[in-house]
Amino acid sequence: MRETIVTPEPDARDESGALVIEVENLTVGFGERNVMEGLALDVRRGEILGVVGASGTGKSVLLRTIIGLVGKRQGSVRVFGHDMDKVNPKRRRLIERRWGVLFQHGALFSSLTVKQNIQFPMREYLDLSPRLLDEMAMLKLQLVGLKPEAAERFPSELSGGMIKRVALARALALDPEIVFLDEPTSGLDPIGAGDFDELIATLRSTLGLTVFMVTHDLDSLAGICDRIAALGDGRVLAEGTLERLKSESHPWLQAYFNGPRARASHVHQRKT
Amino acid sequence: MARPSAIWVAGKGHMQALQLAGAWTADHAHDLEDALAEAFGKRPQLEINAPLKLDCAGILNLDTVGAWLIHRTRIELADQHGTVAVTGLRRDQNHLLSEVAQAEIPPPAAPHRQGAYPMLIDIGEAVVDAGKDVSSGVAFLGAVMAALFRVLIGRTRLRPAAVVTQLERVALRGVPIIVLISFLVGAIISQQTIFQLEKFGQAQFVADLIGVLVLRELAVLLTAIMIAGRSGSSFTAELGSMKMREEVDALQTMGLDPIEVLVLPRIIALLIGLPLLTFISSMASIGGGALVAQFYGGVSFEIFFSRIQNIIGMNTFLVGMYKAPFMALVIGLIACIEGFAVRGSAESLGAHTTASVVKSIFIVIVVDGLFAMFFAAIKY
Repeated sequence: MRETIVTPEPDARDESGALVIEVENLTVGFGERNVMEGLALDVRRGEILGVVGASGTGKSVLLRTIIGLVGKRQGSVRVFGHDMDKVNPKRRRLIERRWGVLFQHGALFSSLTVKQNIQFPMREYLDLSPRLLDEMAMLKLQLVGLKPEAAERFPSELSGGMIKRVALARALALDPEIVFLDEPTSGLDPIGAGDFDELIATLRSTLGLTVFMVTHDLDSLAGICDRIAALGDGRVLAEGTLERLKSESHPWLQAYFNGPRARASHVHQRKT
Repeated sequence: MARPSAIWVAGKGHMQALQLAGAWTADHAHDLEDALAEAFGKRPQLEINAPLKLDCAGILNLDTVGAWLIHRTRIELADQHGTVAVTGLRRDQNHLLSEVAQAEIPPPAAPHRQGAYPMLIDIGEAVVDAGKDVSSGVAFLGAVMAALFRVLIGRTRLRPAAVVTQLERVALRGVPIIVLISFLVGAIISQQTIFQLEKFGQAQFVADLIGVLVLRELAVLLTAIMIAGRSGSSFTAELGSMKMREEVDALQTMGLDPIEVLVLPRIIALLIGLPLLTFISSMASIGGGALVAQFYGGVSFEIFFSRIQNIIGMNTFLVGMYKAPFMALVIGLIACIEGFAVRGSAESLGAHTTASVVKSIFIVIVVDGLFAMFFAAIKY
């Protein structure tokens, strides 16, 4: 089941493989400590990039720096070819509309229902009739595999997996070109995590998404990521396909990709 | 980008086609809906079951909104014309359309009926809620008393560190603001009193009035209201967010009673802190009164304080002090009940914090009124 890797169909809007995110020489720190120093990473259109690394290597910080929630000390972040430091606020809004973010704990608005959560960005940015607004919310809900009955529930009444799905539906509300996923499968059971991986792969091929995914889940890496970037020591230790990373000699990479948990997962089953 | 459009064109033979063109994206949703509504209005006379085509070759971009509208149009036309073919989409666009077509969108729910009937429901619910408030308050008081009793007989230990921490937050850090407002209120009352008493040439009686008013009523009321706003709200918010993040459940699973660990230290801190603050508030108010009496009424400090000493009995002072622990109990109970009543959402936390402060202040004033009647009845 997990081996169903959906190849992206060529998107006529833009040439496939163009760089949508370019991070160069990035230095980010808090207080005395620099979490990353001189980090460089590119994301290509239409790919699913998995970002891995030990705890505290700044995976989430990198994601938050790219979307502008964390300030940087040095370096540049270019999204869709625009340097995010040099764009004016208006253009920045336009760029922000073209990405969606799934936060680690969902970050759903607790006082709004599921439907209102999904409609929130649409109401702010789009001019939709009430009927179309309802239909679109239901459509997004079903795109992420939830039943229409969930629409009127509040976030506190949802299970962990449902929260992730609703958060994904909200991230997809404006038909973004890039989605940032911060540990999308953490806290899900293996079957739920597998379903979620498949969902992301399906949405990628349907909607032509580019996916930037921070993850710990070896199954996700093996199942759906086209390319993996491993962070450590404040930089990208290695990037490339799973096979390439497995052959790297760095001790952490060896432990991660060839350790007992990796052997138990699909990382190795896929090879055979 | 090109405005979206939907135009009817005659096809070969009996074939009719609706030609869709432009950008079919969320940004143009308003134009899209207008164009489709217009096309529906201008629908040409069609034979029933005449073949119909949606020609999408002119569509530049398509996203889920556009795809959904194509799907919706297809369904609506198909109701009257049997099959409707969609042509001219690129492969990826077709893929998107077929994905969207799988969704089942339930018809919108009918809006709720308005009128007098829902208002009656609201009134009934409010009455029942008020009744539940009273019974839950009594139950909670019982639980707190039981916990206190267990501490007193030594079945569980009191947490002195927690009590002292709360005492610092409730009492010590509250001193500056309470001194300030009490001083100002004392001064203001003194000034207005002097203006009236000077008409009789008896400005020195300001000391009697300030003494009785402040010691019996004002100091304890001011302090209780201030503490309800300062500490009551923070208790509710703390307990509420602990409840939201399952910290209260975590305590329970460790075999600890949340009432013992969280509520008791706070209520004991209030029971000790509020009388102390009431005393401080009394002194500050009298000080403010004396200062203004000196400058506005020419009543010297000697006269003012000797009148206070001779006229004001110990009972007047004690009336205020007796009331303080009851106010503390009311504020603590309401704050903790509201805190534990918080449910999942941020909105609920805000609503319960507001309710905590409003209910506390209301009950404090009601209790003060009951005490006034009680002390008048026993002529104390």
